[in-house]
Amino acid sequence: MAKKRIVSTTINGRQVELLCEPRQTLLEVLRDTLDLTGTKEGCSNGNCGACTVLMNGRPVVSCLVLAVEAEGATLETIEGVAPVDGLDPVQQAFLENAALQCGICTPGFIMSTKALLNENPDPTEHDVRFYLSGNLCRCTGYDKIVRAVLDSAQKRKKAVAAK
Amino acid sequence: MSTVERDKAKAGSNGNGKPYKVIGTRPIRHDGVDKVTGRAKYGADIHPTGLIYGVVLRSPHAHAKIKSIDVSKALALPGVRAVVTHKDLREPGDRILELGEGAVNLRELSNNVLAADKVLYKGHAVAAIAADTIHIAEEAAGLIKVDYEILPSVLDVEAAMNSGAPLLHANLFTDELGQKATQPSNVAKHFRFETGEIEKGFAKAKLVIEREFRTATVHQGYIEPHNATALWNADGHITVWTSTQGAFSVRQQVAELVDVPISHVKVIPMEIGGGFGGKIRVYLEPVAAILSKRTGRPVKVLMNRADVFEGTGPTPGSYIRVKLGVDAQGMITAGQAYMAYEAGGYPGSPIGAGAMCIFACYNIPNGRIDGYDVVVNKPQTSAYRAPGATNAAFALETVVDEICTQLKLDPLEFRLKNAAREGTRRVDGPVFPRVGMIESVEAIQSSEHWKTPLTGKNRGRGVASGFWFNCGLKSAVSATVNPDGNVSLVEGSTDIGGSRTGIAMQLAETLGIAAEDVIPTVGDTDSVGYNDITGGSRVTFATGYAAYEAARDIQRQMVGRAAQLWEVDPSQVTCEQGSFIGPEGKKFTFKELAALVNKTGEPVVGRGSVDPEGCGGAFATHVVDVEVDPETGKVQILRYTASQDVGTAIHPSYVEGQIQGGAVQGIGWGLNEEYFYDAQGTMKNATFLDYRIPTCYDLPFIDTIIVEVPNPGHPYGVRGVGEVPIIPPPAALANAIAQAVGVRMTQLPMSPPRVLHEILAKKS
Repeated sequence: MAKKRIVSTTINGRQVELLCEPRQTLLEVLRDTLDLTGTKEGCSNGNCGACTVLMNGRPVVSCLVLAVEAEGATLETIEGVAPVDGLDPVQQAFLENAALQCGICTPGFIMSTKALLNENPDPTEHDVRFYLSGNLCRCTGYDKIVRAVLDSAQKRKKAVAAK
Repeated sequence: MSTVERDKAKAGSNGNGKPYKVIGTRPIRHDGVDKVTGRAKYGADIHPTGLIYGVVLRSPHAHAKIKSIDVSKALALPGVRAVVTHKDLREPGDRILELGEGAVNLRELSNNVLAADKVLYKGHAVAAIAADTIHIAEEAAGLIKVDYEILPSVLDVEAAMNSGAPLLHANLFTDELGQKATQPSNVAKHFRFETGEIEKGFAKAKLVIEREFRTATVHQGYIEPHNATALWNADGHITVWTSTQGAFSVRQQVAELVDVPISHVKVIPMEIGGGFGGKIRVYLEPVAAILSKRTGRPVKVLMNRADVFEGTGPTPGSYIRVKLGVDAQGMITAGQAYMAYEAGGYPGSPIGAGAMCIFACYNIPNGRIDGYDVVVNKPQTSAYRAPGATNAAFALETVVDEICTQLKLDPLEFRLKNAAREGTRRVDGPVFPRVGMIESVEAIQSSEHWKTPLTGKNRGRGVASGFWFNCGLKSAVSATVNPDGNVSLVEGSTDIGGSRTGIAMQLAETLGIAAEDVIPTVGDTDSVGYNDITGGSRVTFATGYAAYEAARDIQRQMVGRAAQLWEVDPSQVTCEQGSFIGPEGKKFTFKELAALVNKTGEPVVGRGSVDPEGCGGAFATHVVDVEVDPETGKVQILRYTASQDVGTAIHPSYVEGQIQGGAVQGIGWGLNEEYFYDAQGTMKNATFLDYRIPTCYDLPFIDTIIVEVPNPGHPYGVRGVGEVPIIPPPAALANAIAQAVGVRMTQLPMSPPRVLHEILAKKS
């Protein structure tokens, strides 16, 4: 077994130093070492999107990132999405649109939606379906998820306009 | 888009004669914030102090004898704490355990959890290791030496029924219409349902069509892999944390397999990441328990995605032959079906349900159904959303469509003419009470979708219907009135899709308080009365019924308290819209009286415990428009509308969600999903990349039409909702493809190569 490494990274706005084996994925370290279990494991090979986090602003499937690759990176996980006093507009839209059933894919969808809206604040239905096609959901048939994402974009615009 | 077709007067007449206040609204679900912030704890998220990790070693062969297992090298690896095999489980004998949506033979369940002398499919669990880290456990798994004698395997239901086929079980003798066969075979059972006189029925027909169909093995495909964490305490009590559809069912299975009294097992149901029928039987829970017994530590065992595909689920592949006769007026005169379903390694496919459902949408005056349960070298099949019915509907509804095409009948008119209705006898015997088959068809007939003509090349429209029984079974809840007027509700039905809110809403409606004033919790097996599994579309119906009973119990107690405070007889106190009314204008609101409860006497705790009959069957009719690419065979869905009789929609958003989700699982089953095996019986696509479930990019919005024909068997008219929407899609798609490009698909999935093959065959 290779020696453990120290990794310095920023997670949800806070500096984190952690110890990990070179073979450990970012997903494993988030969940098992840092107790950030909101990031879910669905397939361990990058096909389902349940473990999506933002790494330097880009969505990545954390099961295909080694923890040591997070050295110097800025990470955002589902635990960092909500402000202290409430919910992010994307989270609110998922609730209001009943866009989850079992909820296991929801953190991944919310992280991908955050990334989408950062890139494209006013997506069409087609844009949404294309961008989120790497996130699998088996419960909803995606109808209410797509509506929630479109609604999130409107909610965000209003929030920005209000500021 | 969704519409709710509600007859206000009818809906009201089920309750107190007034329109509902809570039922039919769309409150935010109680567990919502936890689930959008990542705080909700699913099975894999639990981390008790001192946790170590388990890994299961699985068979690389589809069929083999286990000659020996040498675990010495694995045990010698630093960090390994225990290795267990079948010998560490109890041998429970050939007893049958009812799981709620299918039964299991305990000896076979035990052999499926850890194989004894034989492995029956690739992925069959053989041994398990507990170690300090999951990586050490995985390494140790590679050091276990299993000496196998490889046997010939059989993977296909038709091949397995041949007399020369390799036998999975030397002691399996067909139950042939109630008689035990004398020679062993892979056919566990052959049964028959019959009504009328089949030959006379076909003789009366103007047109008789008979076709053969084949469907592939598919998986439930929940995104959360199976998981179990167990602690076997020094006092002999076991705690199990797991994602399951039935905590009480897990308790019973674990107790049986590890040989402890049932009350020594406490199952804490964690949030569950999808089940669809696949998380009822145990796989990992007994393994985690015996690993914990051997190590004295809590042990967590997780499956990876390949384990899930190769070791759990799936739903059976099948061979079905259907023959249907229709007279000159377009009335069905006779129907016959031959149905053979793969059970996997051990008997127990959902052939019974499939056979009961195949003709259930129609009045069949003369009918015969022969069903066969067949073992093959594939994972033991599990329930999957309306188990058995989707295969059956694909076959029958395709033949119905072909008849309509040949006789130039409108497919919806045909369904209305022949629809099952109150008083119709199913071929297998039961007579329908008030049901909504006709209403589900009429809803499609009057939909915007149906009224809009479909134009364009290679495009087609298809319809299909489906039936599912639903079920009642046992549920128990308790509810406590808090001083602030809120009510804490403890229920025992694990919540897979928002059901705790649907149950809480029925409690709220009955008490006349807001949905938000009920605080629902899913309790563990020591904290709530017995509950059967979450399955069979039963929870909103039966556990909702229990919540209604608990609310009535609370009302009775609070009426008594009000009477005591006012010093009047309880008969002088009535409940009206959440308030308690006494003589001479005396009145307490629910909150006012709740504040006085603990100050004036014993706490108010309501109890509801039910085993209701009268679940009320569900009918659905779907219409789909497709465009087929004649160059590639790819089928693109242009528009989709699903109508369904739901009885009463408690929370319409989650009713729509069930319909949409079920429809899309059916679309996946129809167009893409399939286990691919090589000649050795190895699944070649055990990943979500190659076993392709629908993505949002494959689909349009799924429009729903909620039809409400209140179920007389429930205080608010609820029918089960979850299962029936998976049934019509493959047939509706096949019928749309037939209209688009003129080829009849008789095999699932209707993937591009298969559709293209048919298009090319038609051209030549």
